[in-house]
Amino acid sequence: MKNNINFLLAGVGGQGTILASDVLVNVGLAAGFQAKQAEVHGMSQRGGSVTSHVRWGEVVYSPLIGAGEADVLLAFEKLEALRCVNSMRPSALALINMQEIEPLTAISGEQAYPSDETLHNVFAQLSSKVKYINGEEIAGLLGNLKAANVVLLGALSALLEQGQQVRNELTPEVWLKVITARVPPKHVELNRKAFQAGREAVR
Amino acid sequence: MIKMLSGNEAVARGMWEAGVVVASAYPGTPSTEILENYALFPNVYAEWAPNEKVAVDVAIGAAYAGRRGIAVMKHVGLNVAADSFMYASMTGLEGGLVIVTADDPAMHSSQNEQDNRTFAKFGRIPCLEPSDSQEAKDMVKAAFELSELFDTPVLLRLTTRICHSASAVELGERIAPEGEPKQFPRNPAKYVMVPGNAVKRHPVIEQRIADLRTFAETFSHNRFEPGSRALGIITCGVSYQYAKEVFPEASILRLGLTWPLPEKMIRKFAISVERLIVIEELDPFIEEAVRLMGIPVEGKSIFPITGEYDPRVVRESAVRAGLLPKSAHIPLPEMETGPLPGRPPVLCPGCPHRPTFYILNKLKVPVNGDIGCYTLALIPPLSAIHTCGCMGAGIGVAHGAAKAGSPEHHVAVIGDSTFFHTGIPALVNVVYNHSPVTTVILDNRITGMTGHQENPGTGRTLLGKETVQVLLEPLVRALGIQHVQSVPGFDVKAIEKALKEYIKLDEPSVLIVVEPCALLPEVRKRWVPLEVLADNCNGCTLCFRLGCPAILKSEELDEKTQRPKALIDASLCTGCEVCAQICPRDAIPFRPVKVGAGEL
Repeated sequence: MKNNINFLLAGVGGQGTILASDVLVNVGLAAGFQAKQAEVHGMSQRGGSVTSHVRWGEVVYSPLIGAGEADVLLAFEKLEALRCVNSMRPSALALINMQEIEPLTAISGEQAYPSDETLHNVFAQLSSKVKYINGEEIAGLLGNLKAANVVLLGALSALLEQGQQVRNELTPEVWLKVITARVPPKHVELNRKAFQAGREAVR
Repeated sequence: MIKMLSGNEAVARGMWEAGVVVASAYPGTPSTEILENYALFPNVYAEWAPNEKVAVDVAIGAAYAGRRGIAVMKHVGLNVAADSFMYASMTGLEGGLVIVTADDPAMHSSQNEQDNRTFAKFGRIPCLEPSDSQEAKDMVKAAFELSELFDTPVLLRLTTRICHSASAVELGERIAPEGEPKQFPRNPAKYVMVPGNAVKRHPVIEQRIADLRTFAETFSHNRFEPGSRALGIITCGVSYQYAKEVFPEASILRLGLTWPLPEKMIRKFAISVERLIVIEELDPFIEEAVRLMGIPVEGKSIFPITGEYDPRVVRESAVRAGLLPKSAHIPLPEMETGPLPGRPPVLCPGCPHRPTFYILNKLKVPVNGDIGCYTLALIPPLSAIHTCGCMGAGIGVAHGAAKAGSPEHHVAVIGDSTFFHTGIPALVNVVYNHSPVTTVILDNRITGMTGHQENPGTGRTLLGKETVQVLLEPLVRALGIQHVQSVPGFDVKAIEKALKEYIKLDEPSVLIVVEPCALLPEVRKRWVPLEVLADNCNGCTLCFRLGCPAILKSEELDEKTQRPKALIDASLCTGCEVCAQICPRDAIPFRPVKVGAGEL
């Protein structure tokens, strides 16, 4: 790995973005990096945009990633992915969950929800390293939609390996150990499967 | 042992390690998780006070009794607590006293972005500012040591980015409080601030801050990091991280104690560098103090005085000022995405505040609001909040407007927790000085916006113990309000009837709207989504005026009106039945079994 790796996570309140970023920062620490995380969310209990910054590196100072310096986008929702595109570095890695959560401003007809075509075009211009995934569909097959965030983490782990953006010692087991420590014991098996399914989905 | 902790978790850990005996707070973003986490440690005492002033008095009481006391609040909480903060400076204490303020640059969840370091200077109180979670923990201990060494309260100033970012922390051992509690001091010359005693204390605290200024020169959290002579940066808090990232070559003076300042250290630093700048969020607090020393310095002429910093803000400001070459500029992708619909915070589906604001909107009365989830009723289509300044303000503002002859009947709305916070004295004023203000207390049985904290009305403490429930209706009656009633929060007709009656009165009135927050775990169990009978719906749009995120516009149009029919998103709907009540065509059936509404 070169210097630092900056992850930008974006989703909607209730999607498990915070848990995912919690896992990600602890995976960084477990892999021997300095790691920092910053949650950026406003006043909404539910349904607002949630972004989280996670940074790994030999030395990490700022917990925040400056706009234009994010290396990896993990987007839990399509509209939130688009909202973050201008915070990315050119040729960033992007993993986008094809979930659509219409905000009230779109429901009311004030503004249109962007089309998939817009999403694909914009990200194709940004980078060739863009992957689309349907985390909810995969999690649904495993019997629990809420595991979609761990599906995404699984996919992310595989993409980082493929891009050789991480050290070899960052094995799936490191991720699974952190995930296991973060979820209720009764959901450990489900989350293992979700992580594995995510890895396979981007293979 | 190393653990990834948020700044708030680290402060809680530091409190535990430092052997705090009494911790008191009022919840407020970004500080809330400090006491929530501290309360999880074994054998600690922590409480939610009704407001920040009470919390500071409680911490002072513990410190007078010779034990370590701490009060925690968001920045504006210190405005409420300022009176107590100031007398504690005058008296000093027997055991350590620390006041934690969590400032909110960028106002992620606040009404202003005041910089509370000014309070430290104002009160002759030392101020510590950590730059990450490790320091957040360590500085709690340092703050208590300073407090006890110098007989002073200490202000620990955090910011949102310290509170809500996580970094690795080396955990330490706990220093348990030693011995039995001492006898409470009988020392009126020190603790009774009548003018005769206060006059003698003032020189003492001026001497104390002078002594602290000397101490600052050798304080371990003030540190010099040598680098290039070309640029010297004085910085503090999270800004230190941005300074290190953007100016890896520069010489840095990192101040952990930002009041009082180590003048000799600053002078020595200033002459060792060619250009001296200060990087600090919000006010030019250090910058102005350095300038007063007669040292040429730049700060806010380069970096913004408003908002939160990040590496980009610092870098681009520096490029503009010529501190960094143009090549340091990082271009943005500037992708054309077209307009993206916003996701503004809204009242949740099933929010028990919604019917009240639907009616207030219908009645077209001026509504003086308060701080809480219900402030979100300012957003269309509810559009029924017309002022909101701080907690407890709405009732007084409504009274003042009424006394000024405002031609309409004023309604003040306030939450249960905020009513206990500062609403009660304002309501006493409405009774005592008599104005026809209608006060609506939105009692959702919890402190909602900060994420469900107990309050004096919930019957449970922060430590999870059952306690006396302070009942709103008897309390309001005891204040002398004649027109009082409680109605269930989802009973649209009852709310409308009561409000219509009250806004015609020439007397003070209080409507208490009772319904637990839809997100409480026991309420979630009762969620049953409703559905729309498309055949009955004619697209009249009445239910859209509730602004409920669960009510969508269907793609199906009504044949006659050509307007979209309503559609309920079953994944969001809680089954509060408010839309079912207002639908004129019975297109939204009630739940088969009545549960929830009005139940307690």
